[in-house]
Amino acid sequence: MNGERHIFSVTEITQGIKLLLSRQYGSVWVEGEVSNFRPSSSGHWYFSLKDESSVLSGVIFSRAARDVPFKLEDGLKVVCFGSVDVYAPRGSYQLIIERIEPKGVGALQLALEQLKVKLEKEGLFAPEHKRDIPYLPGRIGVVTSATGAAIKDILKVLERRFKDVHIILSPVKVQGDGAKEEIANAIRELNEYNDACSRGDRIEVLIVGRGGGSIEDLWAFNEEAVARAIYASKIPVISAVGHERDVTISDLVADRRAATPSVAAEIVIPRKEDLRGQVRDLAMRMANSFEGLYADAAQRRADALGRLKTGMEHIWQLNRQSCESMSQKLLRANPALVIPEYIEKMREYARQIAVRAEHCIALKESRFGGVVEKMASLNPLNILSRGYSVTYLLPQEKIMKSAVGAKQGSSIRTRLSNGGLISTVTEVYGDGGDQV
Amino acid sequence: MAEIRFEDALKKLEKIVEELEQGDLSLDEALKKYQEGIELSRACTARLENAKKKIDVLAKNKKGDFELKPLDEDNVS
Repeated sequence: MNGERHIFSVTEITQGIKLLLSRQYGSVWVEGEVSNFRPSSSGHWYFSLKDESSVLSGVIFSRAARDVPFKLEDGLKVVCFGSVDVYAPRGSYQLIIERIEPKGVGALQLALEQLKVKLEKEGLFAPEHKRDIPYLPGRIGVVTSATGAAIKDILKVLERRFKDVHIILSPVKVQGDGAKEEIANAIRELNEYNDACSRGDRIEVLIVGRGGGSIEDLWAFNEEAVARAIYASKIPVISAVGHERDVTISDLVADRRAATPSVAAEIVIPRKEDLRGQVRDLAMRMANSFEGLYADAAQRRADALGRLKTGMEHIWQLNRQSCESMSQKLLRANPALVIPEYIEKMREYARQIAVRAEHCIALKESRFGGVVEKMASLNPLNILSRGYSVTYLLPQEKIMKSAVGAKQGSSIRTRLSNGGLISTVTEVYGDGGDQV
Repeated sequence: MAEIRFEDALKKLEKIVEELEQGDLSLDEALKKYQEGIELSRACTARLENAKKKIDVLAKNKKGDFELKPLDEDNVS
């Protein structure tokens, strides 16, 4: 302490620190976890790098940020390359990051995973979006390189399978700069072309792909632009990229994934012998069902004939029955059958007549008896016995009720109760003795 | 009939088979269908054996309209 004090200005100190830091940490690799990530509207990315006990501010300026293929997010473990710099106006220091890589996986791989998550959330891989691949498409659109292995393989399949197909190639770059744009554009153009086609000429399926290669060679098929073009395609898409083990985003978005372009071609171009079999089966089914129909018709005819016969018999039976019942009625109505009845009735009447007549006679007889009695009481003989007599003028034997007719000398017979007298009139006189 | 596309012929044939299998056709109709079906299956077979491949490249002309140009296969293989 000699009393000499060196007093720094704030700027001097800050400049000193800046110099120290830049000397010591001018180009360093730093590992940490991203936190408090906040991209600015100007394209700069601000965030903190942290570990268990410390935090370091970091920034990626927009020029560098553009080259980062993946998305930064909180919690991501990264390795950054850059320099520690002091921001004098705030007296703070931060890591200016030139390059950033995800820790553990490659940047591209991470980008791929992030894109997968994003597209999956948007529903681009949704099974319900997947369309059926048409069987026997008349026209097939192919998006691949005109000089690559894919088109060669597809043509080979065509050669040994059923050739009745029209292939429309939209040639594109399948790797390198511009590949993703060309692929996406080709998919869009084939769709546009298709919209203008008449129904019968439409492309029914697209094969989008390329032959095998390194993961970097296949990268275009992991690009968002290609994924979105496939998703937007109205024509169903078969993705056919490289070899079996590489599943690209195109594979996930497409309606169907084929492991290679050959497999894609085999999906849509059927084997001749399969088709022959199909035609044969159809012809057989047709013959069988026709035979069935014919047999049915024959059976129906036989049935109808049978029913006709039965019906006729029935009608005949009915007629016969009614005929029989009529004749029976007629028989019952035969007048000959009624005659004995009448005879019987007549006999009955006769009997009744006899009975009644007898009765009548008896009645009459009894009445007659009375009359006889009466008559007996009136019998002149009885009167005679009481002293009266009857005189007959002879010879006429005429009953004389008066003296008139008798003359002197007339013979008369007098009837008495038990005999008579024949006398000659000696005198005639009137009643009371007067002479007549 | 010779120029019918295989898949169209096959579809028609399938339709005929289905109609026949449903069995509600009159015998006359069935006979007609059957004859048509026989012709179609012959056409299918002929087409199977005689099919020719056709490969075009989609391109845009100067006017910006789409055009199909035959693919030069020698360049491919």
